[in-house]
Amino acid sequence: MKNTLTQTTLSNGLKVLLKEIHTAPIISSWLWYRVGSRDEVQGRTGVSHWVEHMQFKGTPQFPANILDKAISREGGTWNAFTYIDWTAYFETMPADKMDLALRLESDRMLNSRFDASEVASERTVIISEREGNENEPLFILGEAIQQTAFRVHPYHHEVIGDMADLHSMTRDDLYDHYRAFYVPNNAVMAVAGDFDTQSMLARIKELFEPVSAGNEPVRLAREEPPQNGEVRLSVEGPGATSYVQVCYRFPSASHPDFFPLSVLDSLLAGPSNLNMFSGGISNKTSRLYRALVDKEFVVSVHGGAQATIDPFLYTITMTIHPRRKPEEALAALDQEIRRVKAEKVMKEEITRAIKQARALFAYGSENITNQGFWLGYAEMFADYNWFETYLEKLSAVTAKDIQRVANEYFQPQSRVVGTYIPAQGVGV
Amino acid sequence: MMTTFNSALPGADDIYREVLPNGITVITRSNFNSPSVVVNGYFEAGALFDPDEKLGLAEYTVHALMRGTKKRSFDKIYNELESVGASLGFNTSVHKSGFNGRSLVEDLPLLLDLLSEALIAPTFPKTEMEKLRAQLLTGLDVRAQDTSDMASMIFDQILFKDHPYSRPEDGYHETIRTIQRSDLVKFHREHYGPRGMVIAIVGAVQPEEAIRQVKRALGGWQVKGQKEAPELPTLKLLKSTVRKHHRIPGKSQSDLVIGTNGPKRRDPEFMSASIGNNILGQFGMMGRIGDVVREKSGMAYYAYSSLSAGLGPGSWEVSAGVNPENVKKASDLIVNELKRFVQEGVTVDELAETKANFVGRVPLTLESNGGVANALLNIERHDLGLDYYRRYEGLVNEVSQDHVLNTARKFINPDKLAIAVAGR
Repeated sequence: MKNTLTQTTLSNGLKVLLKEIHTAPIISSWLWYRVGSRDEVQGRTGVSHWVEHMQFKGTPQFPANILDKAISREGGTWNAFTYIDWTAYFETMPADKMDLALRLESDRMLNSRFDASEVASERTVIISEREGNENEPLFILGEAIQQTAFRVHPYHHEVIGDMADLHSMTRDDLYDHYRAFYVPNNAVMAVAGDFDTQSMLARIKELFEPVSAGNEPVRLAREEPPQNGEVRLSVEGPGATSYVQVCYRFPSASHPDFFPLSVLDSLLAGPSNLNMFSGGISNKTSRLYRALVDKEFVVSVHGGAQATIDPFLYTITMTIHPRRKPEEALAALDQEIRRVKAEKVMKEEITRAIKQARALFAYGSENITNQGFWLGYAEMFADYNWFETYLEKLSAVTAKDIQRVANEYFQPQSRVVGTYIPAQGVGV
Repeated sequence: MMTTFNSALPGADDIYREVLPNGITVITRSNFNSPSVVVNGYFEAGALFDPDEKLGLAEYTVHALMRGTKKRSFDKIYNELESVGASLGFNTSVHKSGFNGRSLVEDLPLLLDLLSEALIAPTFPKTEMEKLRAQLLTGLDVRAQDTSDMASMIFDQILFKDHPYSRPEDGYHETIRTIQRSDLVKFHREHYGPRGMVIAIVGAVQPEEAIRQVKRALGGWQVKGQKEAPELPTLKLLKSTVRKHHRIPGKSQSDLVIGTNGPKRRDPEFMSASIGNNILGQFGMMGRIGDVVREKSGMAYYAYSSLSAGLGPGSWEVSAGVNPENVKKASDLIVNELKRFVQEGVTVDELAETKANFVGRVPLTLESNGGVANALLNIERHDLGLDYYRRYEGLVNEVSQDHVLNTARKFINPDKLAIAVAGR
């Protein structure tokens, strides 16, 4: 069955993408706002994520507590995510109940109350969320690396924000951020599933066009200057396990080099899965697994490439073997990095990476929520065409491209190496 | 064009089930929407068979299955799998061990070959055993630092005292250290076999072809003397509330688990407990528990209840992550909610909302091949009948306020709770 895609922009600037899929009586609707932690200044770090929480606290039409019950009652599921570049809200509903989700989203684009007492109670909820994160060694390490890698660019802080700001931000800080960024001309509405495009589009127009366009949001423009030499850092915390993260600077997702780098990631560390709802595959025959886990320098290794608007980080995370020291693992990793820079990879390795990507795409397509996700996601850093031509672009990658990008991006002088040192000591 | 509700749900007319002569049950449903296929299943080699001094043996064994077989080395097995973007993994629970595999449909024969080799002919190479041991021990180090894992483990130790359910399937450092290769070989010889094994295949393949593939790969497997699972001892119920605080220094958040026993999956109270649990700590933003602990007092990012109902006695528990200073306050709020739940039961509106939620969400849980495969395994494991998902609405609607209240009172006694805390 051919799934038809419709793209249009409403008179108020809201971009709409619709994809009919008639495989199950389900519709998934995703509303994406171009706002994330990249839009936050110090003193208000974490404001985007907190605003996302406040979007569940009610409007005059749908008071707090009514909203979530209304969705659950209809058998739907909903959630929201805040990332460095974007904030997304989704509802997946039985097809005949979708109207509720559309009404909710159009209402809270403009009418969320940000009641002071709700702000107060959510403050402690978010502080609790951050305390939960701080229990995790890799959160503590990741935060230290991010603030080191980005001194100038607003990617320097975690999405959840700094504890100091979570204590000091006011209701008006939150509300101002909401009003500045939650405007239709700063949003993308993507709906996938069991509907008729013409009537869906008519209903979206009816609900969303009354929301007037706002001013174009003001963006921070603080480009990260080049890094002059490798930075190493360590953090200490409870436990018996050491971790090392090595972060190289990666280009934005819209940069042509993103594709050879994705193939490189796949053969070094196993494919990073950009699907949110369909898991990944094992990486036990990736180069780094063979060189590091098989040789018992580490007990696990993972690579993480992320699709971002501005250049961000490619992170290799190693859980150090209990009988090894972090430096030994790092030396073994460096040997593999040198190899990929010095020698061309085999054609079969590229073919394999492409087949892996094709399989991951197929798994993701089983699921309507995931299809809805993809429609809007690619719009946040490129456009839907980026997604549709992804496999094609991977297929065009050559061994020469891979060697070139390995040399260009895996530079020791622009990387950050972070070590988590456990209180119970390193190695034996 | 709108798809109709009932035609999307699995039923006797589109689930195909066959028991092979060697005892393996194959249960399959086609879905041609995506060129992929899922192969999930279970077999009778759970942690129940572990001797106390070698706790973690069943788990060690499943992780070792793909470390080498008579035909292929560890690297060769994973090279075949990963080269085609397929995956296959094994896991262990108390009663069963299981597997989850998926691939593009063109690679289904390969996936089943690897499954078959791993189950029938693992070689447990010694060097691989030692690599695996280091990984399992590191896993236990990580568990020891995880406040949520440790609170759950302590909770099970209180609630299921002197019962096999009190034991963590992944064992302890001292038990993992004593397990030898010969233990794995023996465990595999005595407990692996086709009897009791179930395979669900869901995806872009016709049922006849799926069954034919399973027969080809696993139809010839015969094992004599496959051991029967030991009988579960009778569970001793708590006589009063038991509290334990497990210290993990340096943690900024503590986790608590508060609860009691719950029904078995096949108990007549299962549906009313499930509906009651949804009202207590799931519905909307984590139900009544979420409302009190998160929404009203702002004390936790997560606070919810869950019901764990399987082949033996279940558990009914409330979990929350809170600042170490708030453990007592949150715990009091939760116990109060449990009291209210058994005193007042649920309202007409709450019951109606949850019923609508249960019925409405079914298509969503069956969105992916994995979701359908798990539904089929659920049907098989608990003998629910192939039409279960089509009868489901009726089963939900039979439950009354009195059913919920009586079930809550049967299982939850607010003066006899297990309360486990892990953190600073």
